[in-house]
Amino acid sequence: MRIGVITFPGSLDDRDALRAVRMAGAEPVALWHGDHDLQGVDALVLPGGFSYGDYLRCGAIASLSPIMTEVVDAAGKGMPVLGICNGFQMLAEAHLVAGGLIRNDHGNFIRRDQHLIVENADTPWTNGFEQGQEIVIPLKNGEGGFIASAEELKRLEGEGLVVFRYTGVNPNGSLDDIAGVRNERGNVVGLMPHPEHAVEAGFGPDTAVAMRSGVDGLTFFTSVIRSALVEA
Amino acid sequence: MREWSGDHPLSTIVVEVMPKAELLDPQGKAVAGALARIGKGEFSGVRVGKRFELTVDGPIDDEIKAAVAEIASEILSNSVIEDVVGIHYPGEDA
Repeated sequence: MRIGVITFPGSLDDRDALRAVRMAGAEPVALWHGDHDLQGVDALVLPGGFSYGDYLRCGAIASLSPIMTEVVDAAGKGMPVLGICNGFQMLAEAHLVAGGLIRNDHGNFIRRDQHLIVENADTPWTNGFEQGQEIVIPLKNGEGGFIASAEELKRLEGEGLVVFRYTGVNPNGSLDDIAGVRNERGNVVGLMPHPEHAVEAGFGPDTAVAMRSGVDGLTFFTSVIRSALVEA
Repeated sequence: MREWSGDHPLSTIVVEVMPKAELLDPQGKAVAGALARIGKGEFSGVRVGKRFELTVDGPIDDEIKAAVAEIASEILSNSVIEDVVGIHYPGEDA
């Protein structure tokens, strides 16, 4: 399986995402925002960072990049797409998922090992988790407050489109503690925390077992490989 | 592309965008907190928005106005979190 990671001007977690793909057992493919070419990949990751300096709104200018034409098209045809942090903001700006991200309610940038509940294990990026499983992966952002209108929130909750919820602490004022959502079809998932930083023991978040031992992020990438095998 | 003929002055169009009223505005909250700390507590609230100045070469016609309306709502603002609160053309009272 070939999984593409798109580099935008200001992306900074693209290399980690490529590495996570490789460690999960798929072939990583580096893609460029200025191309109109997905190089035949089977799935896509929009990585974290500060594309275009977060000018205008986080992810807004990146969502207008040339390659986003192909991303929107592929997402519409069912290709698995994962947006992480700035990538989630791009998905929201491109209206591939509902809601928006605003500055953290406390006004500060935050970096912490974040506990999450997997609210929906029925997506290509989460099928390796149990429904309701608690996981821990790093969170690091300044504008991670998830918001949507009351009506839209009701729809997200009612239709099971919430994929991840913060637990223990709501780190940024996100409504309903929402950390990640999916589209109606389920192939597009966006979340603020960073699975690609929790794929190798010794370099992941702290867990109850040992310091830096957390590898829950790897399951995102093994999940999408598994879903491709099931489909094939 | 519209060629600048030199017959008309540059025209500047102003687009104003604010975070939706019902949303928390952490920037405004931070400014309000600072005002209170320096003894300007008479201002009970501050909200921070954005002002865009779009320049066109020459006069503004209906085509330009339609384009401004489109980019104001589609690009300069995100309707999930913001509202376009004003579009001002030259010669109008702002």
